[in-house]
Amino acid sequence: MHVHRFEKLWIGLSLFLIAAFIGIVLFGFTVMDLKVPGVETGETVDPMTVMTEEPFSQPGVRKVSDDHYEVYMLAQQFLFRPGTGQPLTLPAGAKITFHMTSPDVIHGFEVPGTSLNSMVIPGQIATFATRFPEPGSYGIICHEYCGSAHHNMQGEIEIVPPSEFDESNLISQ
Amino acid sequence: MTFVNHYPKAARIVKANFIVAFVALGIGGFFGLIQALHRTDVFRGFVSSVEYYDVLTGHGVLLALVFTTFFIVGLYQWGITRTLEREPENLTFSWTWFGMMVVGTLMAVIAILGGLVPGSGISAAVLYTFYPPLQGHPLFYIGLVLLVVGSWMAGGDWFWSYRKWRADNPDARIPLQTYMVIFTWLMWYICSLGVALEALVLLIPWSLGIVEKIDPLLPRTLFWYFGHAVVYFWLLPAYFVWYSILPKLSGGRLFSDSLTRIVFIFFLLLSTPIGYHHQYADPGISLVYKMWALIMTLVILLPSLMTAFTVISSMEHGARQRGGSGYFAWMGALPWGRPAFVGCALAGIMFAAGGFSGMINASLNIDMLVHNTAWIPGHFHLTVGTATALTFMAITYWLLPQLTGKELKFKSLALAQPYTWFIGMTLMSNALHRQGLAGVPRRVSEPQYAGIDYEVPFGTMAEMDWQVAIGGVILFVGLILFLVVIAGTWWAGSAAAEVDDHIPPPLSGPEHSPRILDNLKLWIGVAVVLVLIAYSVPLAEMVMDGLFSPGALPAPV
Repeated sequence: MHVHRFEKLWIGLSLFLIAAFIGIVLFGFTVMDLKVPGVETGETVDPMTVMTEEPFSQPGVRKVSDDHYEVYMLAQQFLFRPGTGQPLTLPAGAKITFHMTSPDVIHGFEVPGTSLNSMVIPGQIATFATRFPEPGSYGIICHEYCGSAHHNMQGEIEIVPPSEFDESNLISQ
Repeated sequence: MTFVNHYPKAARIVKANFIVAFVALGIGGFFGLIQALHRTDVFRGFVSSVEYYDVLTGHGVLLALVFTTFFIVGLYQWGITRTLEREPENLTFSWTWFGMMVVGTLMAVIAILGGLVPGSGISAAVLYTFYPPLQGHPLFYIGLVLLVVGSWMAGGDWFWSYRKWRADNPDARIPLQTYMVIFTWLMWYICSLGVALEALVLLIPWSLGIVEKIDPLLPRTLFWYFGHAVVYFWLLPAYFVWYSILPKLSGGRLFSDSLTRIVFIFFLLLSTPIGYHHQYADPGISLVYKMWALIMTLVILLPSLMTAFTVISSMEHGARQRGGSGYFAWMGALPWGRPAFVGCALAGIMFAAGGFSGMINASLNIDMLVHNTAWIPGHFHLTVGTATALTFMAITYWLLPQLTGKELKFKSLALAQPYTWFIGMTLMSNALHRQGLAGVPRRVSEPQYAGIDYEVPFGTMAEMDWQVAIGGVILFVGLILFLVVIAGTWWAGSAAAEVDDHIPPPLSGPEHSPRILDNLKLWIGVAVVLVLIAYSVPLAEMVMDGLFSPGALPAPV
């Protein structure tokens, strides 16, 4: 089989490009800790009972340590709990781990201006972590079509300095 | 004497498929115009923001599933017939699969359009990905199954012709166009099995109320088992055109027969095991499979990069035959005044841009910046919306005289059309990509949220909205131009004295390509093994806790 030498060169450069892309992703994954949602515990939840059973029967913020908080959040037609109506308030700088699920249909969770991006699927728990470095306000958008009022499904995250973070609203363990 | 004179029966089948394809293109394209104006808040008078989702479902199904499938089947029937030099084996069988595809399409369209008719009691605003627990009318799912099964039978028709041809030509190499058809359809059989199982085993019983609850992750995963390979189902027929016809339109010959075959083998092997890259942001799917999908997805860049080389070098060869010279100046010698060539060439340029934005989507954690944002429709309007759609429209200008024996009418409109499409898509797609970077979501009727200000990397949100709206209008004008040329040629074209239908042999022909490339059993075997590696364990895990568990109740839309 005859392959022109320019084409051999082109194929070599293509393979290099492919290897470089794989390398960039792996670098981000390991060194920069840029992760994506996956399987945390392998456990599923029953969408029919998830709203009446711990922990999602009490959605909200829980404290793990001074530097680590967990958010249990429900995405449901057509609001985020917590997040819609009252903003979800979190301290700047601390590690925040989100656990999300849905009792009805598939939703999306996106915070514009950040890389926070996850699907929320009934039966599964989406877990992902981040830190918000500065105080400020962020929006939450449902980015997966979830029914007739999909375009109204939004929420808010309020990041406050750690000294101003009111721990009286935390859900006790 | 041209195709319609040699093979009148096949020509009728091709034309029937093309008519359905172009009707779907017209309606689906009009829906696209409505969306471009509605999303950007330029004009919201066509439909309400709730009905928007019926229109969006219609746009996706009519263009991505109906227009593509019918056009591809017509194009491939033409390729099979002319390279195997046989009429279809049994016309009753051929018209049966065509009828099945038409009936399926009508059922799905009735279910979708029912949503726009108040009081009809029928609707299917589930978008073209139809993720449960959102539930459409059973007609929607049954119709889509009929469309897919009809396309399987079309493939059966061609394999039937191939076997007959093989019996008469035991030692001949598979003709190149037939080879491309066979490999596309082998890939199509493997991948569409996933969506057929999803619909038959899970969604149809559930939409009929035979089972009450559904596990959302399993059908979603089966959809994406099909849902990335389907983009190659759209793309490979464009490659078929770029490899086998575009070199001739450029004035030259295909660079290499064997590399063409290798590229199609790559797509058979790698198209299906990479579906997880649409589920990077999904909970419940292990990072191991996501990593595997990442690597395979980036490897599948290779056959597309090889295609870029072959197509461009074939065009360069053509340009030099036409008197072109220099390192870059040869491009000026290409036939920029011929609509079929211009459409294919501009589609190829846009596909290169779409390929680069696709590399971002493929890159696991980088994808988190753009997943489910406007970036994604920005990307696939370059790929399926231009590389595929514009190539199909352009090659119709060259095929229609062969199918009707008539001369192409309104040649200047036909020439303006690809340039119009290119300009409209440049405006719309660049703006959608940039809106996506700012976090604007896709698939939403009103992406403006109270209290949320998008941080725009460069430009302004207003400027991008106007580019999307104006781009959408220009694209719609391009679509009208196309339909006018086609309808004019079909009904009012004058008989052509001579039809250009000759395709010269490649510079390096099949005599230089190893026989192993034609070993179908071997490549099917490898493809199946790769699918099993990627999908057997995760699907088994999802099925083991019960087919319909963890179950959620249906949410009719």
